[in-house]
Amino acid sequence: MSAASHGGDGGERRDFLVITAGAFVGVGAVGLVWPFVDQMNPSADVLALSSTEVDISGIEPGQSVTISWRGKPVFVRRRTAAEIEAALAVDVDDLPDPESDDARHKEGKAEWLVVLGICTHLGCVPLGYAGDYDGWFCPCHGSHYDTSGRIRKGPAPANLEVPEYAFLTDTQIKIG
Amino acid sequence: MSFQTDNKLIKWFDDRLPLVSVMHHTFVQHPYPRNLNVAYQFGSILGVMLTLQIVTGIVLAMHYTAHTSMAFDSVEHIMRDVNYGWLLRYMHANGASMFFIAVYLHMFRGLYYGSYKAPREMIWMIGVVILLVMMATGFMGYVLPWGQMSFWGATVITNLFSALPVVGDPIVTWLWGGFAVDNPTLNRFFSLHYLLPFVIFGLVFLHLVALHQKGSTNPLGIEIKGPADYISFHPYFTVKDFFGFAAFGVIFAVFVFWFPNYLGHPDNYIPADPLVTPAHIVPEWYFLPFYAILRSVPDKLMGVLAMFAAIGVLFILPWLDRSRVRSAAFRPQYKWFFWIFALDCIVLGYAGSQPAEGNMLIVSRIATIYYFVHFIFLMPVLGWFERPKPLPTSISEAVLAGKASTSAGENA
Amino acid sequence: MMINRSIKVLAGAVLGIGLMTGGALAAGDAKELKSVDWHHSGPFGTYDRAQVQRGFQVYSEVCAACHSLKYIAYRNLMEIGFSEDQAKAIAAEKDIEDGPDAAGDMFTRAGRLSDKIPSPFPNDNAAKASNGGAFPPDLSLIAKARVGGENYLYSLLSGYEEDSHGHECPAGTYSNPYFAGGCLKMPSPIADDLIEYVDGTPATVDQMSKDVSAFLTWAAEPKMEERKAMGFKVIIFLLIMSGLLYAAKRRIWARLH
Repeated sequence: MSAASHGGDGGERRDFLVITAGAFVGVGAVGLVWPFVDQMNPSADVLALSSTEVDISGIEPGQSVTISWRGKPVFVRRRTAAEIEAALAVDVDDLPDPESDDARHKEGKAEWLVVLGICTHLGCVPLGYAGDYDGWFCPCHGSHYDTSGRIRKGPAPANLEVPEYAFLTDTQIKIG
Repeated sequence: MSFQTDNKLIKWFDDRLPLVSVMHHTFVQHPYPRNLNVAYQFGSILGVMLTLQIVTGIVLAMHYTAHTSMAFDSVEHIMRDVNYGWLLRYMHANGASMFFIAVYLHMFRGLYYGSYKAPREMIWMIGVVILLVMMATGFMGYVLPWGQMSFWGATVITNLFSALPVVGDPIVTWLWGGFAVDNPTLNRFFSLHYLLPFVIFGLVFLHLVALHQKGSTNPLGIEIKGPADYISFHPYFTVKDFFGFAAFGVIFAVFVFWFPNYLGHPDNYIPADPLVTPAHIVPEWYFLPFYAILRSVPDKLMGVLAMFAAIGVLFILPWLDRSRVRSAAFRPQYKWFFWIFALDCIVLGYAGSQPAEGNMLIVSRIATIYYFVHFIFLMPVLGWFERPKPLPTSISEAVLAGKASTSAGENA
Repeated sequence: MMINRSIKVLAGAVLGIGLMTGGALAAGDAKELKSVDWHHSGPFGTYDRAQVQRGFQVYSEVCAACHSLKYIAYRNLMEIGFSEDQAKAIAAEKDIEDGPDAAGDMFTRAGRLSDKIPSPFPNDNAAKASNGGAFPPDLSLIAKARVGGENYLYSLLSGYEEDSHGHECPAGTYSNPYFAGGCLKMPSPIADDLIEYVDGTPATVDQMSKDVSAFLTWAAEPKMEERKAMGFKVIIFLLIMSGLLYAAKRRIWARLH
């Protein structure tokens, strides 16, 4: 027993009213979906923690501190003169990821190196003051970083990332 | 006419997994009575509400933490910090209420039009199971915010099982996972609250399969006799149901956006405190009639049994009702008793919201007794002694003749 | 007619639910609440920024001595009209416990926007001990956690002087006709000119009660304005869509005749 094609034709033409109603339903459906998608974006409390202030007054030259920022480790290293010299002595063109040391610190603040403590290979946290270049060494797959945090040897494709940061005062930096 | 297409891709697919032809069969071929009215729209509305509750629930679960030390805070995190969290929470909480409004209207339709009568007993009984699972789901969901009512409602209701002789106390300890409602209880309620809606989904599928076997009833209560009596689901009931969703949505939106806490209880905005009992412990409104029945009976065990019997009696309704006429449209005496029963349910609900003492307790007891009298005594007796009106010969005859006469003649 | 019966059923259902929920929320034996025409009432109500800021001042200078407001962060103050700098300054006035540091010690530092407002007590037991065994509740949700909401808060705060029909309260409790039972452990927290409003409004008991009640309503429902604004748009949309769908339904069903 089939119920189809009952009640005469004349209803087959797409009429404006039905189309408009359908359009409203479509718009409504899209509007309804957005909150369900957006709720997965960072919530207000997470966004409020998007920057961190660090007091660097206690850090001596030759010392490095690890800060947590946005759930990730950040190395704040106060470099010695020797470390800065070593970083400047490198021929930038020979680097796997060419970048001059000047581009990786704030002007006039060559002492201070701020980099994300995440190996650019597969995300492990490298060990400081280790490896062949006195920078960092990643034990997971053997990547070596220099005193500017640049990749020198090993599988990592890029230098340690320098996050957005700024000196609020000589003893206070804000990351993020 | 069965499903035909020239599209090779659809043919390939449908030949291996007949989704398209099943859809075609259900929505184009299968006969639906042409005279279905508004009361028949709550089934599809329930389908929409189940989907909405599942979707809002899943996204809320991305932000909720089911631990006593964090549950309440996590809900406030959702309300204040999660993007649109307040909207999702209010949709889910008020959605539960709308879900129950729809299910009660859906059930009352069944009671009025005799939808439960042979040969549709299975549809009805599966429906009662769905109601039970809905109640369990709603009960556990209300515990999750871990407010005062969450905690104390859980305590009172789980304590009921201690009324069972011998096995009562071990069962309660087993439910709690400890010596009182506490973290183990909350955690397992979260797990089960997530699970049961999918059980409901499966039961709804069975409910629809059983429905499809026999086809829908209609307001006249007489079976489809010929092609003039029926129409396809699409486009007629598609568009009508969409209208129903929109209208229902307006009421839903009024609650969500303008009165989001009206159906709730202020005490649930107080974090749970096992050492302080609220002045009046009240469940959510949709449990109030059953709560009234529970408290009407002075004996603890009998009260519990009466409460479950209130739902149990629904199971056997197809056999309690001895009438040979299906729809109340042709049963003038039953019609009166139907409305009195509906009023009785409202009275029970009100009684459930008040302290069980004094005059209110007397009212509760009378209403409880009447509830059971309606099913156990009136339904069979009416069937034997009523004088039904003569049935029309067919649906189409009634529809064409009765833009005026019968109350079921209009399909708008 | 079908529609008539359906409307009857729906009306009955709504009435039924209204009765049940209204009944469930019925207050105890306290005096009937005073009612205020709040700026935020109604479907288009918004928070009066000036009033809510005054209410925050009352909270900070009076209530915060005993009551925490743990779900409000200093950054939330920007929603009631404080600029980012003002909110930062308010935060910096408070010492927040942080740590442990590298040596394992806890330390204090100035508050930041991301911090929640700290509690006056280190834990609940300390709060109870300082207040005669009664725990001063956190106020973040108090406007939603009491029947009558902000009307209750306003009535309670401004109602201490009112005649409680010779009700004698046991020592350590204070008489207030709006509190269920008539006696509560909190003495009247405000008095005329107890604080000096930054915006110069005279700080009467009535004014402070209203202002802090409005502030606490915001604290409990910071998303209220967004909710009502969205509600208006959604409901209008749904009403139009319902109308269109009803017309479409009639059009399609007309094919049957």
